[in-house]
Amino acid sequence: MTRHTVVIVDDHAMFRAGVRAELGEAVAVVGEAADVDAAVAAVVEHQPEVVLLDVHLPGGGGAEVMRRTTGKAGGTRFLALSVSDAAEDVIGTIRAGARGYVTKTITGPELVVAIDRVASGDAVFSPRLAGFVLDAFAGTIEVAQVDEDLDRLTEREREVMRLIARGYSYKEVASELFISIKTVETHMSSVLRKLQLSSRHELTRWASDRRLL
Amino acid sequence: MSQTAPSSATAPPYEARRAWRATEESLVGGVAAGLAHHLGVPVMWVRIAFLCATPVGGLGVVLYGALWMFLPARRPDEEEAPGLAAATRQGKRAGRQRRFADQGPLVAMAAVVVGVLALLSVVTGQVFVVWPLILAGGGLAVLWWQADEAQRERWRDTSSRVGPFGGIFGSGGWSGWVRLVVGVALLVGAIMLFTLRGASLSAARDVGMAALLGVVGLGLIVGPWLVRLSADLTQERAERIRSQERADVAAHLHDSVLQTLALIQRSADDPATVARLARAQERDLRSWLYDSAATDTGTFAAALREVAAEVEDGFGVPVEVVCVGDLPAGAPVRPLVLAAREAMVNAAKHAGVDKVDAYAEVSGSDVEVFVRDRGVGFDPAAIGADRHGVRDSIVDRMRRHGGEAVVRSTPGEGTEVRLRLPRPADVAEESS
Repeated sequence: MTRHTVVIVDDHAMFRAGVRAELGEAVAVVGEAADVDAAVAAVVEHQPEVVLLDVHLPGGGGAEVMRRTTGKAGGTRFLALSVSDAAEDVIGTIRAGARGYVTKTITGPELVVAIDRVASGDAVFSPRLAGFVLDAFAGTIEVAQVDEDLDRLTEREREVMRLIARGYSYKEVASELFISIKTVETHMSSVLRKLQLSSRHELTRWASDRRLL
Repeated sequence: MSQTAPSSATAPPYEARRAWRATEESLVGGVAAGLAHHLGVPVMWVRIAFLCATPVGGLGVVLYGALWMFLPARRPDEEEAPGLAAATRQGKRAGRQRRFADQGPLVAMAAVVVGVLALLSVVTGQVFVVWPLILAGGGLAVLWWQADEAQRERWRDTSSRVGPFGGIFGSGGWSGWVRLVVGVALLVGAIMLFTLRGASLSAARDVGMAALLGVVGLGLIVGPWLVRLSADLTQERAERIRSQERADVAAHLHDSVLQTLALIQRSADDPATVARLARAQERDLRSWLYDSAATDTGTFAAALREVAAEVEDGFGVPVEVVCVGDLPAGAPVRPLVLAAREAMVNAAKHAGVDKVDAYAEVSGSDVEVFVRDRGVGFDPAAIGADRHGVRDSIVDRMRRHGGEAVVRSTPGEGTEVRLRLPRPADVAEESS
């Protein structure tokens, strides 16, 4: 397996060094950046497979980096990495185009797996993100009616999300539901797509109204 | 917020729902969006209602204008956690998506309004009454829009001084001035056009000049008063922010970080303790900085997080808690929380793992908690009768309270405890 090329974007030099050290030889870190402008330049220049993107970034945040590199780095995928567990940030980053969201407490090996997954086009959901998704799409339909409905999760997708939220790995989800890992990945991508494309009014309101659940 | 929540279910003091303008999702002034939130109807209906009321003697426009003047703009993110607020101030977070980025709906809306008015003027044949009105309305809208922008800016930027004119113009540079000039020009133009109806061009020019002079004179009269007002505002605001925030931060740092640092120094030769202290401090600081909901106390999710934190501190194993949905304070779910705690303790103590996952979901009919580890596991059938932990504290406790507990474990693959309790009848559902 060839090593994935990665750009690390974070405004704390110490954290970048830490991630670099944790990743070790598992990936090829081709660049680093500390703010939005530098990040955009680095992404466009290096065309990495994966960008580890801090959510809070001087110059408008990680979402701004994704907005400004749209169309300039075709093969690049973004994995958000943040210390903030705020729901607005998580959902906002995903909707801006990130393929996944993990918190900075993630271990080195887990991060490598996540990078691998994102590089191959799949979605990465931490248990926390899965919880947010379930929250945001709460009160959905009992039976799966139409797959095309972007505002709802199908029953199967909900099941997968619940297992992820319970701390299951993709493999464990697959064996629990008697489906293949590929199918799990398909469900995850579909949830990600709904999260990004849903025009659901509640989804944008949801985060700020969370206290009223 | 400031009062501590009593544990019993007392009804919260009645608070009138207030309508506000949703300037964050506005097409024009955010009146329709705000009303839609207030009334709980789709925003499109409100917009259509305003449009439909417009041909009726301009009722829609007048109503909209009046609401724009009298409804307060909603202050965004009032309860943002300090860390998020700081990140926002420093420009590290993405700003809210402004609806104005998408001009389509606005243009369509304007086209419809103009079309309706044009039709009206054709039908009634009174061209000259209608166009000045449009101009005047447009001018006022632009002026008020600018006031909104300036207000939003003041909210966003709490650090700088409010200049004498900052209250009106904001520091938005040329765009603020352009809006102001365009607004005034539209108004003056409207007045001129109106006088042009019967009289000559020179008369119209005179009236226009008079109107312009009026505006300038008004500015000169009101100006000094504005300066004084803004100075007061600046001072008051600065003082409030300084005292409040400094007190908050100081108190919190003293309570948490300083104490932890002292403890860490004292136990510098014990890596396990240092790691535990650092982890506990991190959790605490993180929730204080980033979790706006952390201020809720007594809810089901808060209780679960609390016991997870206890286990974490007690056994040095991180417990990752994810909650979907919540129950208000006072809900009788204590047995479930205690059983979950026992399950977490078991996982931390016996599984030999470095992380435990806990997931809680409140659905319409049930409250469920899953506690999972990827540790050594055991054979549930072989639990000795003397092992009280699982049998008494988890299985029997859940059964006594009308719920159930299932322990699934495979040696070598880990353990998962599922706890389920019927959802208790809602206590004080409206409490927020």
